[in-house]
Amino acid sequence: MKIAFPQMGDYYVPANYLLSHIFPNVKVIKAPKITNKTVEIGTKYSPEFVCTPFKYTLGTMIECLEEKADILIQMGGGCRYGYYAEVQEKIIKDIGYECTIINLVTEGVTRFKRINKLLKIINPKYSKIKALYYSFITFKMVKYMDEIDNYIRENIGFEIKKGTFESLKKEMLIEFSHIKRYKELKQTYKKYLNKFHKIKIHKPDNRIKIGIIGELYTIMEPFSNYFLEKQLAKHHIEIKRFTNVHYLLFEKAKKTKKYKKYAKEYFKYNMGADASDNIARCKYLCENDYDGIIHIKSSFCTPEIGAMPIINKIASTYQKPVLFFSFDTTTSETGIKTRLEAFYDMLEMRKNK
Amino acid sequence: MNKVGIPRGLFYYYYGDFWKDFFDSLNITYVISPNTNKDIIDKGEKLANDEMCLSLKTYLGHIEYLKDKCDYILVPRISNFKNNNQTCTNFWAVYDIAKNLFENKILNYNIDLEKHQTLKKGLYKIGKELNKNKYQIKKAYKYAYIKEKKRIKKNHIINLNKLKSKNLKILIVSHPYNLYDEMIGKDILNYLIKNEVTLIYSDKFDSKITNNLSKELSKDLYFKYSKDNLGSIIYCKDKIDGVIFISSFPCAPDSLANELAMRKINIPYLNLVIDDTSSFTGIETRLESFLDMLGGIK
Repeated sequence: MKIAFPQMGDYYVPANYLLSHIFPNVKVIKAPKITNKTVEIGTKYSPEFVCTPFKYTLGTMIECLEEKADILIQMGGGCRYGYYAEVQEKIIKDIGYECTIINLVTEGVTRFKRINKLLKIINPKYSKIKALYYSFITFKMVKYMDEIDNYIRENIGFEIKKGTFESLKKEMLIEFSHIKRYKELKQTYKKYLNKFHKIKIHKPDNRIKIGIIGELYTIMEPFSNYFLEKQLAKHHIEIKRFTNVHYLLFEKAKKTKKYKKYAKEYFKYNMGADASDNIARCKYLCENDYDGIIHIKSSFCTPEIGAMPIINKIASTYQKPVLFFSFDTTTSETGIKTRLEAFYDMLEMRKNK
Repeated sequence: MNKVGIPRGLFYYYYGDFWKDFFDSLNITYVISPNTNKDIIDKGEKLANDEMCLSLKTYLGHIEYLKDKCDYILVPRISNFKNNNQTCTNFWAVYDIAKNLFENKILNYNIDLEKHQTLKKGLYKIGKELNKNKYQIKKAYKYAYIKEKKRIKKNHIINLNKLKSKNLKILIVSHPYNLYDEMIGKDILNYLIKNEVTLIYSDKFDSKITNNLSKELSKDLYFKYSKDNLGSIIYCKDKIDGVIFISSFPCAPDSLANELAMRKINIPYLNLVIDDTSSFTGIETRLESFLDMLGGIK
């Protein structure tokens, strides 16, 4: 039996770790990196005007099935994301593959009873204590990864020797995947945190700072945003990003209330998925000394579309520049580069005034 | 004088008559924006983002039309109806969008049954904002509620009677705010009626029945209005000759729910997606050939 899951950023490491430890007899297939071919396959079988993450995940699922996976795991969200799994299952079966799709989260709600039931499909005799222990380690791993990622994002644009951050991160991920106990994980994390802090950087005081907000999948999967963060790092820009898996799993419920209070003049109700969070974040970025905001989303992402007019309004009251990107499968990379360069030039001119 | 503006879009097609009775009974004057026309759509497009769905664009256009014709504008918010029955996220967001885009006073209530925010509570809140006392509101609500119930029952009976007709019977699966909108669905309905087709509307069934029936098509679906629509297909699948799906571009719940339905049913179907640029001639050709095909089968 083989399990696979659509990948998102570097999170295949913890996911792989969790599954291979709960089910030692099951082989976990690492989904191939998303390429243009993946997108092509996904687009071919997707409905016309569905949002782009559907196409990406469907593409990877089919590629995993080509490698003989039997069980696919899909996650849900607060918008139509939670309904992906059922439609994708039907599409995959119509193409002619045999598989089961397990949807871990529906409507953004996690229920342990349901998850238990679903995990029993893979192996009816799996050990619950083991599962709890390893999921604890996995969640901690996600937390550490996200913390280190935040540090990297703030500093990668200013490294003196190019590529040091990236190679060190790769090293860290490999070591993370071989961990056996929680204590070991903590030690490794501390070791690498030290190493990251020791990397020589040159941070000028008048550096440009940008906040990235937007839809969760596009933000977290670098291929789907055409490696936006890398492009920005090339221009020596400090990046602030709020959304990561740790936020979605543990902080969201608490933070949403705070955000609501913080930006109550702009929104009164929750607007679905991360939309209302992004409005509050936009206000935060405007009030603190960030030079610009980049809002990214996949095309047809309904909650974010609703948030866009409000974000626009906030930016114009605070007089901060915002750049909106809507990524589709047919977006051209050069177009994005040109717009980014123009945005960057504009920021620099504002800064030197 | 308090004059309430009611935009003719989205919520109007679910609660419009109810509101009218409610305000009539409270002696509040109201103005309803006219049927959607090119001018209103243009107004909406100027305000909206490119990627907003056509229904939301027209809704914003209606608010823009009412902007300086009334003191209050009624923009509710509907979140969910309990038990996996949520609405499209546009319904969640539309109040905040309107609040930020327009400077008018907005009358708002929230339907969120998971947090015990009901229609009754909402209308009481609105009545209070318009300076009416509790007794008056109670009376008005009761009056409107009874009338609404009768109206719904009548619609059910008409719809069920149509199923017995001997003409070509087609089930129209769509949201009422698309179906009865002058610029989106009206032309299609008129064309079909002209060709002596008996039309059965998916939104005029008893949603208590159709909502549960939708489980036969889709287990995980959690959009209330899409659930009602899919349930209606199951309800009358043996009695109809064809199904026409009408949705506005790019409707979020429809893009997945209708796709799943189309893959699962074995009744002839036609999928029409209405864009602000689509011309009726193109649609007419498709309707014509669909009717020809159905006639051939019969």
